[in-house]
Amino acid sequence: MKYQSQKVAYWYFLTAMAVFAVQGLGGRWAGCSYIAPNFWADVVPFNIVRMLHTNSLIVWLLLGFFGAAYFLVPEESEREIHSPMLAYIQLGILVLGTAGVVVTYLFDLFPGHWLLGKEGREFIEQPVWVKLGIVVASLIFLFNITMTVLKGRKTAITNVLLLGLWGLVLLFLFSFYNPTNLVLDKMFWWYIVHLWVEGTWELVMASILAFLLLKLTGVDREIVEKWLYVIVATALFSGILGTGHHYYWIGLPSYWQWVGSIFSALEVVPFFAMMSFSFVMVWMGRRDHPNKAALLWALGAATVAFFGAGVWGFLHTLHGVNYYTHGTQITAAHGHLAFFGAYVSVNLAIITYAMPILRGRDPYNQVMNMVSFWLMTGGMAFMTFVLTFAGTIQTHMQRVLGENFMEIQESMHLFYIMRWGAGLAVVVGAILFIYAQLVIHDKPKSASSEG
Amino acid sequence: MREVMTKTMARNVFYGGSLFFILVFLAMSFHSVGYVVNKSTASAEITEEVALGKHVWEKHACINCHTIMGEGAYFAPELQNVMSRWGVSDDPEGAFDAMQGWMEAQPSGIEGRRQMPQFNLSDEEIRGLSEFFLWVGKVDTQGWPPNDAG
Ligand code: HEC
Ligand code: HEM
Ligand code: HEM
Ligand SMILES: [Fe+2]
Repeated sequence: MKYQSQKVAYWYFLTAMAVFAVQGLGGRWAGCSYIAPNFWADVVPFNIVRMLHTNSLIVWLLLGFFGAAYFLVPEESEREIHSPMLAYIQLGILVLGTAGVVVTYLFDLFPGHWLLGKEGREFIEQPVWVKLGIVVASLIFLFNITMTVLKGRKTAITNVLLLGLWGLVLLFLFSFYNPTNLVLDKMFWWYIVHLWVEGTWELVMASILAFLLLKLTGVDREIVEKWLYVIVATALFSGILGTGHHYYWIGLPSYWQWVGSIFSALEVVPFFAMMSFSFVMVWMGRRDHPNKAALLWALGAATVAFFGAGVWGFLHTLHGVNYYTHGTQITAAHGHLAFFGAYVSVNLAIITYAMPILRGRDPYNQVMNMVSFWLMTGGMAFMTFVLTFAGTIQTHMQRVLGENFMEIQESMHLFYIMRWGAGLAVVVGAILFIYAQLVIHDKPKSASSEG
Repeated sequence: MREVMTKTMARNVFYGGSLFFILVFLAMSFHSVGYVVNKSTASAEITEEVALGKHVWEKHACINCHTIMGEGAYFAPELQNVMSRWGVSDDPEGAFDAMQGWMEAQPSGIEGRRQMPQFNLSDEEIRGLSEFFLWVGKVDTQGWPPNDAG
């Protein structure tokens, strides 16, 4: 660890991994509701479990991003974090908010209350008081990181990272705007959801990847940074108007069908570029970095993101196709592989890279970590395949033949069982990953660890 | 490659181009809002009942089991067109009765069938929901869903 204040990242990563565990268990639980629908249905209904699953996903990914920023910005800016104290306060607020969310959902506290009750729009169900907490924490974060960057060396990596983080926080403000007109509600809801995962988060992902490749391969910074700009340019040029692929059937003008189809099809480009760029950098690089697991996760992220977001996204993004697949298990298949490939994997990559450094060790538990990579990636890939089959059946029977939603579920049951099995592999992989990060059996390399 | 494009050029293209696309997107969004207000949702008024219905819909996080206009969760039926599926699109009283009947009958308790919880809604809230779904059913969604199954 070059800078003492990087240690902040350690606590962010630990918290992120804890919430990751909750998310995995939540997912498996939701998977159970599909194959044993009466099981616990009246104790905690499916919608509550699903909210826990998706919200904890987003929270831990953001915690990971914050941790990544606190880890890499000091190295890039060549100075300590402006205020480690603020960073810990920020973490405290986020943990408190997360606990508040879990309790509010599980016990259905204050239903309908404007400040304390859950809000009930997908992914942004958090009660208003938690949303406010998130905004306060985010502002603390942006202040802290921006001050650090401004006072130090400015690089393309911190530039792009900061743009992404500022953008995602500003977009979150739309979560306070909930018009009574459902169409307008949906239109601006996508400002958050789509412009996060297919805009600002891509900037964060690309800059983390660039940082990792710089460290792991030893390629010239000039080359990495130039390509970083090229990649994020293609991301925003396609992704912003690509929002149109959610505007086909929700009461918006028909021109979105063409704008959305064309620009979202181009969204494949940045994901393809990230994948190609990563492999080319590894081939060009001469450094033989000992942290092989971090390299595996970084390459895995770029590759699986290309398949999950790029290929599975393209699969249903043209409006002629989307007319039939919209809101089926096809969407669930894509959502899982895209989120896993892009944002879960890039987080696990930076965690894998940073943890040994933060703990003052040589890379440890590499084999276990790599096994966890294959378990998780294999599990998610299998889950995506079976959901795609289920979605194909659903699309045909429900959308083409017009058979009733509930009646056709029977014919998809086998795939739901396989999803459940795939989920088991993912969760085992996740537990193995967390274990590999936390537990070290050998002695530290120096007499006492660095702090 | 270094000769073809420098880092500074790449950066400027990124900033300039992004700004351009943001402006285009904002202009299109602006136009779309006008279209929503004056065209696609103009045929039905958003009454207090519709607004209450939307609030009930959010209060109980129905979206995390159901889709509406194809967005949400994939555990339970699409509801944008539930009123036409039930054949009560043009009959507010029939819609209310059907909604009340449905809500009272949950959970079905049928073994091996997915369950919808009992929400203990008041008549006012049920009226809100039926009016909300009648309103949603009148939005011009470019011909989606393909059929009554939703
Ligand atoms: C835990 C999941 C869950 C939640 C939460 C939920 N539902 Fe349902 N809903 C279902 C299931 C499952 C069905 C299908 C039941 C059946 O056919 O036996 C259903 C069916 C319906 C139907 C009938 C659809 C049709 O085509 O006949 C309506 C209307 C409905 N729900 C409205 C609502 C509203 C309004 C809310 C929120 C207040 C809500 N649901 C919350 C699971 C849920
Ligand atoms: C890492 C990037 C991405 C992530 C994390 C992601 C995630 C998701 C998620 C979670 C949904 C479901 C949203 C909901 O609940 O309604 C979704 C929908 C969708 N995504 Fe992506 N996505 C990504 C990239 C892409 C790309 C690049 C494309 C196109 C090429 C794409 C095309 C779509 C389409 C068309 C839908 C709508 C599906 C429907 O009609 O039901 N996505 N995405
Ligand atoms: C790291 C891994 C995971 C990620 C990134 C992830 C992500 C997501 C996302 C984004 C959604 C919302 C989907 C959408 O709207 O399209 C979702 C829903 C869901 N997930 Fe996961 N998930 C993961 C692991 C799991 C596991 C292990 C299971 C269990 C088998 C699971 C089961 C489910 C179920 C059942 C839903 C609800 C789908 C529906 O609405 O019907 N997930 N997950
Ligand atoms: Fe999108």
